[in-house]
Amino acid sequence: MRDRFRLLTGAVAALVVLIVVGLAFELSRQSTLSIAKFGLSFWTRKTWDPVAGEFGALPFIWGTLYSSLLALLLATPIALGIAIFISELSPRLLRQPLAYLTELLAAIPSIVYGVWGMFVLVPIVRKAELAMPAPLRKLPLFQGPPLGVGMATAALILAVMVIPFTSSVAREILKNVPMAQREAAYALGATRWEAIKAAISYGKTGIMGAVMLGFGRALGETMAVTMVIGNNPQVSPSLFAPQYTMAAVIANEFTEAADELYLHALIEVGLLLFVVTIVVNIVSRLLIWSMKKRSARVMALPAAIEEATT
Amino acid sequence: MKSPRPAQRGEGPEIMSYATRRKIVSRIAEVLCGVCILLALLPLALILFYVIKEGAGALNLAFFTHTPKPVGELGGGMGNAIVGTLILIGLAALFAVPIGCIAGIHLSEYQGTRFGSAVRFAADVLNGVPSIVIGIFAYGLVVLPVKRFSAIAGGGALGLLMLPIVVRTTEELLRLVPPGMREGALALGATRSRAVFTVIFPAALPGILTGILVALARVAGETAPLLFTSFNNQYWSTNITQPMASLTVQVFTYANSPYEDWIRQAWAGAFLLVMIILALSIVARLAVRRLERMNRA
Repeated sequence: MRDRFRLLTGAVAALVVLIVVGLAFELSRQSTLSIAKFGLSFWTRKTWDPVAGEFGALPFIWGTLYSSLLALLLATPIALGIAIFISELSPRLLRQPLAYLTELLAAIPSIVYGVWGMFVLVPIVRKAELAMPAPLRKLPLFQGPPLGVGMATAALILAVMVIPFTSSVAREILKNVPMAQREAAYALGATRWEAIKAAISYGKTGIMGAVMLGFGRALGETMAVTMVIGNNPQVSPSLFAPQYTMAAVIANEFTEAADELYLHALIEVGLLLFVVTIVVNIVSRLLIWSMKKRSARVMALPAAIEEATT
Repeated sequence: MKSPRPAQRGEGPEIMSYATRRKIVSRIAEVLCGVCILLALLPLALILFYVIKEGAGALNLAFFTHTPKPVGELGGGMGNAIVGTLILIGLAALFAVPIGCIAGIHLSEYQGTRFGSAVRFAADVLNGVPSIVIGIFAYGLVVLPVKRFSAIAGGGALGLLMLPIVVRTTEELLRLVPPGMREGALALGATRSRAVFTVIFPAALPGILTGILVALARVAGETAPLLFTSFNNQYWSTNITQPMASLTVQVFTYANSPYEDWIRQAWAGAFLLVMIILALSIVARLAVRRLERMNRA
């Protein structure tokens, strides 16, 4: 009787594993045509021409990586600052409300970010681009017409969307850093900031994990990016240039994919996105987990000593 | 903190300046951390401000009761899309809640097994998969075989997004149930399944329901997995084997249109979405607070 209960509930739990395996299987099965036809060149070619049946995914990979890395560059310092402020500096009374408010950023749907980005942020970015002095506009980073839609706006929106994820994990990590770490720093005459730096350096691994988690989020973000990035497949370092991402091309072209090769090419893009986000997520979880395990051992130490000596 | 080591770094005034410099650096860094909070709250405030300013004014009765008008005609609403979203998240819950709860029960009842770790790991992986990829999966599984977009596919995709959250919250909350309760039930001769379903699970139920609410709020705002599963629909429809409108997809379509009236309605839709999600998250928050108080008592 008891074993049957274990088996039955276990079978249902196994469904979760099955779904992940099924995802990988389904995505590879549905992209065989394009894998067979283009092989590795799918990832290195720049032409995406559905009419001619030519599919190269490089512009999308570029757009996804570029926008996500830019977003990380913007979001990481801010997210860490937030985590530090809430867990180390803020008055106790403000802690909960501040944590709640920053996490609210994660609750706002992607589509709302998109609508806001399209009608509010894009005009602002366009004005900023227009105001940029001419000599700067000659740099490859700022080339192209000031459209407002493009890489810069996408990176900005992504950064805002990633901040709550990174900061809440970083906060968790800081909470896991043993108090003794800070006390030791203070005992050596450290200022508050130096003590915080000691805590951060103790939690390095975990904080790297928090940043990676944000990266994973940014890679897969679809709607908000689609609405502000301009959807133009090109490989360009310019922040002004309208570009395209992997998730965006799937969202925009999936229902229009008239022939099977086109559909398979899009699903192959999805397959890569799946694999990359899984790898990024696994690495980030391992980092966070190893940090927590280490600090759990240290935090258990005083209790263990006490137990041994009594 | 007074500098304890005089005369080690040159003359007196310089020592002072070294210590003060460190204090000033510390102060500046602390202020910068506060600035970071403001930098994150600024976009939040701006988004809420614009969504309310542009959206609240565009809401009217017709928005709730009418279907979209053809291009060129003013008016119309998203009534069918609101109903559609409710049906879709209902389907998602129907799929994810039973599976998620039972999987969560298994994880908390049989801890420390290798199988359990695998399930936990799979749930975490699934949680990190981009929602658009989940959409492709549902497309291949449900839409492609019957060659028709359907609400079932959309609800299934949303359910897959909900599933890992339900699994993990159920497990965590069941673990919080005091072991005395389980032992009491078992001591009275209850079988394991009986103890779970009549004692342990009910004890954790309020918390689990809160978790489900949070998951529903997250899923209600999803657009990407619906684009090519439930697709869209201009008409009233409650047939789950047919394409179905949803608030999010409708907002996307309207926001991308060149018509002023549609853009106005897109803002109204965004406003409604934000309000629904805020309401759900506040309810969940209050519930959590009440649970904490009950646990303490």
